[in-house]
Amino acid sequence: MTTAIQAENLTRRFGDFVAVDHLTFEVQTGQVMGYLGPNGSGKTTTIRMLLGLLHPSEGWARVLDYDVVTQSERVRARTGYMSQKFALYNELTAWENLTFYAGVYGVKDRKQVREVLDSLGLTPVQDRRVQDLSTGWRQRLALATAIVHRPGLLFLDEPTSGVDPVARRAFWDLIYDLSSQGITVMVSTHYMDEAEYCAVVGIMRAGKLLALDEPAKLKRSLPGPVWEVYSNPPVMAMEALEALPGVLRVGLASDHLRAVALPNVSAEQISQGLTAAGVQVAAVKPGTPTMEDVFMTLSTAVE
Amino acid sequence: MADLLVEATELHKSFGPTHAVDGVSIQVPAGEIYGVVGPDGAGKTTLMRLLCGAMHTDVGRVVLAGIDMARQPEEAREQIGYLAQRFALYEDLTVLENLQFFAEVRGLPAKEWASRSREILEFVGLAQFSKRRAGQLSGGMKQKLGLALALVNRPRILLLDEPTTGVDPVTRQDFWRLIIPLLYTSNLAVVVSTPYMDEAMRCTRVGFMRSGRLISEGTPAELGAQMEGRIVELAGTPRTLLADLARADVDVEQVQRFGNQFHLRVRAGSAEAVVLRLGAQIAASGGSVESLRPIETQLEDVFIALSEDSV
Repeated sequence: MTTAIQAENLTRRFGDFVAVDHLTFEVQTGQVMGYLGPNGSGKTTTIRMLLGLLHPSEGWARVLDYDVVTQSERVRARTGYMSQKFALYNELTAWENLTFYAGVYGVKDRKQVREVLDSLGLTPVQDRRVQDLSTGWRQRLALATAIVHRPGLLFLDEPTSGVDPVARRAFWDLIYDLSSQGITVMVSTHYMDEAEYCAVVGIMRAGKLLALDEPAKLKRSLPGPVWEVYSNPPVMAMEALEALPGVLRVGLASDHLRAVALPNVSAEQISQGLTAAGVQVAAVKPGTPTMEDVFMTLSTAVE
Repeated sequence: MADLLVEATELHKSFGPTHAVDGVSIQVPAGEIYGVVGPDGAGKTTLMRLLCGAMHTDVGRVVLAGIDMARQPEEAREQIGYLAQRFALYEDLTVLENLQFFAEVRGLPAKEWASRSREILEFVGLAQFSKRRAGQLSGGMKQKLGLALALVNRPRILLLDEPTTGVDPVTRQDFWRLIIPLLYTSNLAVVVSTPYMDEAMRCTRVGFMRSGRLISEGTPAELGAQMEGRIVELAGTPRTLLADLARADVDVEQVQRFGNQFHLRVRAGSAEAVVLRLGAQIAASGGSVESLRPIETQLEDVFIALSEDSV
C-alpha cells in the first residue's frame, strides 16, 4: 500500500456556500503534506471530511484504504488529530490526560502509553497539571494524545499557531521523527517557512485546490522571476510597483518588497518605472523564489 | 530627535514568585516601530499590559507622550490605541455601532465621531461594510475593525500585542500595509509583539526578551550581526550520517533540519574549519554532499541562539 489519502471530487456545501469544491488528490504513505490557504479557504472542512466527521456532499475519499463515509470509525481508529486549540484537560496532569486519551482509543497497554510519553520527551513534566505547563509543553502533550494509539496518519491543524520559533523548530523535529517511522502527516500552517519543510504542499483558495506539488516544483511554476525591491520606506513603493506593467504580484518581505513579474520585465524597467512614480529606489535584485511568493501569487490571483 | 512617545523605565512586575517583567526599560520615539520578541513566557504580554496601563508596575515608571501613567492614568491612556490578539468586538452590533461605542468610551467628542468614523473606516477599507454586523465579518475584516477601534480616538501610540498570530500571510500583509504608513502620516510610535521574525525585520528596532528581561536590543541588522558567519548549510545523503557527523563536530553547537537540508550553528570563527573538516569526514564515511557552505544569518537564528543563551 502506498497511498495514505485518496480523494476524488471531494466536495462539501453548506447551503449555497461551497466550502470544499471538487478536490482530487493523493498523499503517499510516509509523506509530510503541507496544506496551505487563507482562513476560510476550506482546510479544516477538508480535514473533518477525511476524518469521517463530516459527510461529503459529493465525491469520495479513502483514508488508509478505508472509505471515510462507510468506514469512518475505522478511519478514526487509525488516524490522529491535533488542532490549534489543544483539547487538553487543564486540571489533569500530563500523564492523566494521556491515559484518558489512551482509554478513548481503547489502548490498554500502559507500556505503550509510557513509550509515547518518553518518545516526546514528556517524562519530566508527566505529573504537572496542564494549566501549569508552557505553550510548548502543551503542544507536545497535545501531539502525544494524538499519537497514543499509534495511528498510521496524523492530521495537524495549525499545530504551531502562536508558538515561538524555538518550540516550532522542536515540533518539526518531532514531525520528521514520526514521518521517518512511516507515519503520514497532513499539516496545515500559516508559516510559509514550514511549507518549505514538507515533501508536498497543497494550496487552497475559496474551497479549490489550486496546486499540489513538491515545494521546488511549485516555485519553478511561478509565472515569472521574483525581484527584490529595496526602497525607503518600502511600503510607500507598493502601489507604484503594483501599477507597473508586467508586475503580477507585490508582497512585503521582511524589510523590502518582492515582486513576481512576467519574464520580459527587467530590473532596469522596474527601477525606472518606480523612479518615474517618485519612489526612491535603492536596489532591484533578482530573488530566489520562496513558498510565500507561490502562496501570495496563487491565493491573490484574479479569478 | 523626534518626540519620545514611550518612555518605560526599569519596569518590574511579579506574580507571586514569578518575575514576569524584571527591570525592562524601553524608549520609542515618534515615527518608530519597536518590535518585542522572545520565547513564550518571556514577559512580552505583561510588558504590553504595563505599557497600556491595564496593569500597574510594582516598580518603575511609564511615561506616554510626556504623561506619567502613575500620576495621570486617564490622560496617559488617552494617548494609546491597543490591539491584542484576541480583542473584544460586539458581534451583534454593526461595524459603525462598534466604532461609535468605542469612540464614546474613549471620549471622542460626539460632534467629531461621525466624520472620524468615516475617515477611519475608509482607511482600513471597511467603509462599504459599515452596516454589517461584526459577527458576520471574516477574520481579516474583524482584525481591520479591531485596528479601526484602536485608532478611532487618534492615539499617538499604538500598542499591538501579537496582532497577526494565527492569521494567514495575505491578511498579515494587508495588516502591515495599514500600519507602516501610519508612521509617516500620523507620526505615531508603534510597539508590537510578534512571533514572526519577518515582521520583526520590518521594525525600526527590536528588543529581545527572555525570563522577564530585555537581553538584547538594536536594529534588525545589528541583531543579525551578532550571529554573522555562524550558520552553515548542509545537504546530501544519507541524511542520518550527515546529521550524526555534524552533531559530533566539536565546533557545531546545534543541528536543525530544514526540509531536505540541515542548518548547523557553529562557534564564532569556525565556519570555514567546519566546512573543510565535515566535508572530508562525510566523504570518508561514504556519504555525499550536495551543499556545505556558510549562509546568511536569519533573524530566526539569532532568536534561537538568544533563547538558549548562545550568543
